[in-house]
Amino acid sequence: MTTRDGKSSVDTVYQTIPDFSFLNQDSVYISNEQFKDQIYIADFFFTSCSTICPTMHRNMKTIFEKYKDNPDIKYLSHTIDFKYDKPSVLKRYAQKLGVDGNQWQFVYGTKDSIYKLAEYSYLVAVMEDTTSRDGYVHQGWLVLVDRQRRIRGAYDGTNPEQVAQLMKDIPVLLNEDKK
Amino acid sequence: MRKVIICVLFLSAIATIIHSCQNANQMKQDIYYVNGRDIYIKNCQNCHGSNGEGLAALSPPLTDSIFLKANKHQIACFIKHGINTSITVAGRKYEENMPPVDHLADIDIAQVIVYITNNFGNKQGMYTPEQVRADLNNCK
Repeated sequence: MTTRDGKSSVDTVYQTIPDFSFLNQDSVYISNEQFKDQIYIADFFFTSCSTICPTMHRNMKTIFEKYKDNPDIKYLSHTIDFKYDKPSVLKRYAQKLGVDGNQWQFVYGTKDSIYKLAEYSYLVAVMEDTTSRDGYVHQGWLVLVDRQRRIRGAYDGTNPEQVAQLMKDIPVLLNEDKK
Repeated sequence: MRKVIICVLFLSAIATIIHSCQNANQMKQDIYYVNGRDIYIKNCQNCHGSNGEGLAALSPPLTDSIFLKANKHQIACFIKHGINTSITVAGRKYEENMPPVDHLADIDIAQVIVYITNNFGNKQGMYTPEQVRADLNNCK
């Protein structure tokens, strides 16, 4: 915030998410349209991940359950396992996680599109790593995006304190310039 | 009278020895439990949760004492070699593969077994590295 001529205004240049289009767990293309005028939490994972993803999604599911009836908030999980996590695999995973409806989207895209979006737009490091057992490594950020596609926060999805902070920040963002 | 006193002293000495032995065993189990907790946090907690609650239909809970008791001699194999068949825990079917945690030594496996089987509402007592070794030789 900055004050000029007695008026305060925001002078932050926010990181903004560009257009995207990916196949979701129902093999339907989804894009920014589905997240229009809604806030959402984005993350990067893969279904066979045995390290941080289960914890991230355990926490994300807690949030999901809490806002289950609120159409203003959505969730977007991108898989980084472009070889194995086809939509059918994502569907199976979502069902096993106990997620239904369209509020939480699991999306599949080419390596190029997903990895670029992760690194340059959501600012989450993801990579293939043949030395790790699972074949991929990635950061566990839960990225909070506002109604104008701007990143407003990133929280370590494996850290209970940061997840608690995320749960405090969601209502603030939900109440911001509500239409 | 002297004989009686000697007898009483002797018996109480024996009782003390037995008692301290039990304490030593309990102590050993406690040490295993505490070490097992660290191993659990590092290798198991992501999927099975900090309270052993599991994760929906993806990872089974570790709170099913009946399952743990019935599969007492398979737990070491589950940890070391993973699971790639479906199992039924607490009345629910789990079909996802469990990855092997094969970098753990026998004593680490024993410690984590002591932690799991004496926590989350379970109470199975001590498990030794020797038992783990024997179990691993008989994996299905």
